[in-house]
Amino acid sequence: MMNISVEIAGLRVVRGGRTVLPGLDLVVPAGQVVGLLGPSGCGKTTLIRSIAGVQRLASGRVTVLGEPAGSPANRTRVGYVTQAASVYPDLTVAQNLAYFAALAGTGRAEAGRALEAVDLTGHRSSLAGALSGGQRTRVSLAAALLGDPRLLLLDEPTVGLDPVLRRDLWQLFGRLAAEGRTLLVSSHVMDEAARCDRVLLMREGRIVADDTPDGLRTRSGTQDLEQAFLTIAEQAATA
Amino acid sequence: MTRTLATARRVLQQLSHDRRSVVLVVALPSLLLTIFRFVYDGSPAVFDRVGPQMLGLFPFVVMFLLTSVTMVRERTSGTLERLLTTPLRKGELVAGYALALGLAAVVQALVATAVGLWLLDLDADRPWLMLLLAVVDGVLGTALGLLMSAFAVTEFQAVQFMPLVVVPQILLCGLLLPREEMPRALELVSDVLPMSYATDAFTELADGTAAASGLLTDVAVLVGCCVVALALAGVSMRRRTA
Repeated sequence: MMNISVEIAGLRVVRGGRTVLPGLDLVVPAGQVVGLLGPSGCGKTTLIRSIAGVQRLASGRVTVLGEPAGSPANRTRVGYVTQAASVYPDLTVAQNLAYFAALAGTGRAEAGRALEAVDLTGHRSSLAGALSGGQRTRVSLAAALLGDPRLLLLDEPTVGLDPVLRRDLWQLFGRLAAEGRTLLVSSHVMDEAARCDRVLLMREGRIVADDTPDGLRTRSGTQDLEQAFLTIAEQAATA
Repeated sequence: MTRTLATARRVLQQLSHDRRSVVLVVALPSLLLTIFRFVYDGSPAVFDRVGPQMLGLFPFVVMFLLTSVTMVRERTSGTLERLLTTPLRKGELVAGYALALGLAAVVQALVATAVGLWLLDLDADRPWLMLLLAVVDGVLGTALGLLMSAFAVTEFQAVQFMPLVVVPQILLCGLLLPREEMPRALELVSDVLPMSYATDAFTELADGTAAASGLLTDVAVLVGCCVVALALAGVSMRRRTA
């Protein structure tokens, strides 16, 4: 059972009168970096919110680490990084992490390690509001690493980051997965798909492909993942 | 408990990074009280009667605003959503806020009471009770602010809840006219507004003649209102949103 991290059956979500997810089924195995790729507005954030347990569902079941999404036990085992860096701009980086560490039930030592992991040790005394957008995202990510979560939900964590930093973060994601964690990372940049163990292509609230990057290339007969997405999306539309 | 204290510390840290707000919280009531004192320069008896009421009113209004704006910011910035995915319980969040702003209310009330007693010659027999009432009023402001912030989607709305929730209470609490002299309907409304009990309590304190039991009842009602408002604030918070 523990080889499955997330299991979703018949998930339907309606937001503001619009059906965002019309009925989604998904199984995410444990210990992998899973990319959730698709254009803006296709339902990536809604899907991640559903797994985090903060999205009101119209119907369906979301099981995370063997328990309903958002259950008290899962709140210690799931780390969630929202698209907008949800840290306190009027606190320093260190104060932000100290607070989230206290909530996760861990100490300052782990907060220091999380800061190191996102390479922000030099900014610990800066106000989060004074950092650049990319740095704030990394503070938010460090906060999610506290408490050693088994599943990390990262909503577009690499938007607006420079290429070096993006590469470093994807290496960090790989290390975290190698230690047995599952990472679900959303992105609308297709070339990031190549860095994932597994890719979910999403379009208009549906998963149109669930495969390895190589599998996607083979299936669509192209080396370019952007092109592969287009081919598969068209196949899905005509099917 | 740890998470409650961590939340309280975090709220106070946020406040401490905003120096101007700290100065306003600490000094504003004293400044207003001073103005009040000189408005009634010719009739010190009026100041002795209404001055203590102001000591209760300021923390109530200020803490209501501070709390509702902070909570709405928490909601719009996404930090609330994040908090609700952590092991933090809703009750712990609410209690943390009440603790932090209650502490701010203590400081505010201490300074204002000291200024009133020693600089402005406010005549009060039982300054400690006055202080206690002021703090309870501040916590009440926080509790109502937490509750109302559940209904505010934007900061604009949150700020306007102040005139909606606070001003009617000021009008009806018996400060302008004794409650029993108001039209019956308004008197009945004032019976269920917490500020009325704060005003009654301060009036009894100022009289110095009232029985301790009446005062105790008023304080008990106020504390009860705090508890109920905080509980409702916790219950009305939703982990899952559309």
